[in-house]
Amino acid sequence: MSGGVDSSTVAALLVRQGHKIVGMTMQLWNQRRLPELAPETAGHGRCCSLDDVYDARRVAEQVGIPYYVVNFEQQFEEQVVQPFVEEYLAGRTPIPCTLCNNYIKFDRFLEMADSVGAHRIATGHYARVRYDEASGRYQLLRARDGSKDQTYFLFGLTQKQLARTLFPLGEMVKPEVRQLAREMDLAVASKGDSQEICFVPNGDYAAFLNAYLKDKGVEPQSTHGSIVTTDGRTLGEHQGVHHFTVGQRKGLGISSKEPLYVISTDSQTQRVVVGGNEDLLCGRFVARQLNWISIAGVAAPVRAQVKIRNKHAAAPATIHPTADAGCVEVVFDEPQRAVTPGQGAVFYDGDLVLGGGWIG
Amino acid sequence: MQHFYFDHNATTPVAPEVLETMVSCLGQVYGNASSIHHFGQAAKQKLEAARRQVAALIHASPAEVVFTSGGTEADNLAIFGVVRAAGRPLAHVIVSSIEHPAVLASAAQLEREGVAVTRLPVNANGIVDPEGVRRAIRPDTVLVSIMHANNELGVVQPIAEISRIAREAGVALHVDGVQALGKIPVDVETLGVDLYSMSGHKLYAPKGVGALYVSKGTRLAPTAFGGHHERDRRPGTENVPGIVAFGAACELAERTLAAESERLAALRDRLESAVLGRISGTGVSGRYANRTPNTSNIYFDGVDGEAMVIALDLRGFAVSTGSACSSGAIMPSHVLTALGLSADRARSSLRFSLGRTTTAEQVDALVDAVEASVAHLRRISVHA
Repeated sequence: MSGGVDSSTVAALLVRQGHKIVGMTMQLWNQRRLPELAPETAGHGRCCSLDDVYDARRVAEQVGIPYYVVNFEQQFEEQVVQPFVEEYLAGRTPIPCTLCNNYIKFDRFLEMADSVGAHRIATGHYARVRYDEASGRYQLLRARDGSKDQTYFLFGLTQKQLARTLFPLGEMVKPEVRQLAREMDLAVASKGDSQEICFVPNGDYAAFLNAYLKDKGVEPQSTHGSIVTTDGRTLGEHQGVHHFTVGQRKGLGISSKEPLYVISTDSQTQRVVVGGNEDLLCGRFVARQLNWISIAGVAAPVRAQVKIRNKHAAAPATIHPTADAGCVEVVFDEPQRAVTPGQGAVFYDGDLVLGGGWIG
Repeated sequence: MQHFYFDHNATTPVAPEVLETMVSCLGQVYGNASSIHHFGQAAKQKLEAARRQVAALIHASPAEVVFTSGGTEADNLAIFGVVRAAGRPLAHVIVSSIEHPAVLASAAQLEREGVAVTRLPVNANGIVDPEGVRRAIRPDTVLVSIMHANNELGVVQPIAEISRIAREAGVALHVDGVQALGKIPVDVETLGVDLYSMSGHKLYAPKGVGALYVSKGTRLAPTAFGGHHERDRRPGTENVPGIVAFGAACELAERTLAAESERLAALRDRLESAVLGRISGTGVSGRYANRTPNTSNIYFDGVDGEAMVIALDLRGFAVSTGSACSSGAIMPSHVLTALGLSADRARSSLRFSLGRTTTAEQVDALVDAVEASVAHLRRISVHA
């Protein structure tokens, strides 16, 4: 229970359906730890703020369930924050939410559920799970509310995890959820949606990186380097590859007749390569560390729609097996813009999530 | 579901006889104890009667008792009050490493203000070595602050020995007695302490009231400013109903302490021998030290203490992983690690603290629940 409207409604719904439930809030990150990051806003609208715990506790009280705050700060830092920081420093663009789902929300949290004798966990994610008799597999499907669908962040879930997970909001659209929360008179019914990466205030991940490294006593590396064009001309200097992400246009500090975009970054040479929009197009890539969900794997080329970042509309492609069972090659029908290392690639067949992997 | 309370070191229920006294005071004695008139005098009489009751429990004279809002305020007043009264720009303070956060955080604040702080270690039983205190004292030392009984372990410190050393050196000794008062006999004269912190809600009085014993002749600067209450040591209109309840609780403790501590020690031993006998991979921290009769800190190897607290709560048994003031923290208990427990073992520790309403039947039911929970948690961690 994050204290938001979605998980609060889940709790109330399950109680109404007669389930015996226990409410828990995961304390993942101490917002006071990096005070230089806008401390005056530390109480509001960010994960694990005292206000959110207050709201979650109030909902638990209202629906009459036992409620606990469980502390996973150490695991969150080790398995989500540190990889996030390392990925950025390596010039990639990580998605911490997927790691958090894989290692915290559907792993450590499931262990805690086991500990207290709970058979299932339920969350406020917008996604659907169903068991398919024919294949004997738990399938993951997009939420009915396509605009809220969170399956892109859930591609790492294992069969074991899915077997024990309930997504009660998967068949509902957000306005219905709010309506239900209002009907049940939940105190959080009109609370705003959470946004961006929960532990990074205002989406300023570069400021977070600097503050975190300083807190860890790591000397900021000398990460400045040059901005070069695809044909090797040097256009200027930059303050570190972690300030750039593939497809970025703003903040390059270079004037040019044609709009310039970041095409790639290289943490070894500290070079940021820029070019025109057409240079961003990419027809194929390799996805690694695969996790298959609704199918067991691919033995032959399979048609799918592939989504390469959360806001991307999944594009038609063919998935080709490779010699390495942990990797596939994705070949788009039409080249796609900004295939970004560090992001996830999720394979869909309509609403069905076949599986996914990491863009290497 | 029935709920049983095994967390008396976090707080205690208000005793029925204390409640009765307090409610009648709340309803009838509403005067301001500083007022000249009849109503003020009635309040003042109650206030001073309570002061005599508190003083009697610790063998102090009533004029040496300063009422506060609780243990934390008493600790703060003692520590900042003594250091400020010393009036030295450069001073030194000695505390133990297993003090309550009210003392440790006060010491840390002094440190930020330029005062030197020594944090003394404890041995494997949680005891501060008095000779360590002697060695730590410097010419600029103005205060030694060592707790009487530890909140997580119940371990009782050799205060009388420490006080002799402090006295010889002419250094004031503050003792945080919050977890000792009402559980073991306290005699500030015999102990030889200069300041002694007390809290009402740890001995069946309500929250929001406590006291600091300040021995005659101890220099203490005020840390809050206002009227002339409490002999200019602690301003603010006195919380008369709370103080009256605290007084009644002290009187109750004085009357029942000997028999009750014997009863609780037997129940604690029953708990410990059952747990150690029936569950493998367990041990009692501070077991071989002199302890308060009601407290038992037990580790369960391979079990996550946080999960265990929740699992037991869902079975109707309220226990804790350590002090309520540090729950929710990610760090393993500073007390248990100071004893030399590994971080894993510290995280697998539970504190059971018994009290007036605890019965042998409750203890037996608790042991059954603990045994079942530990077996369950160990089974699933094998599969994980």
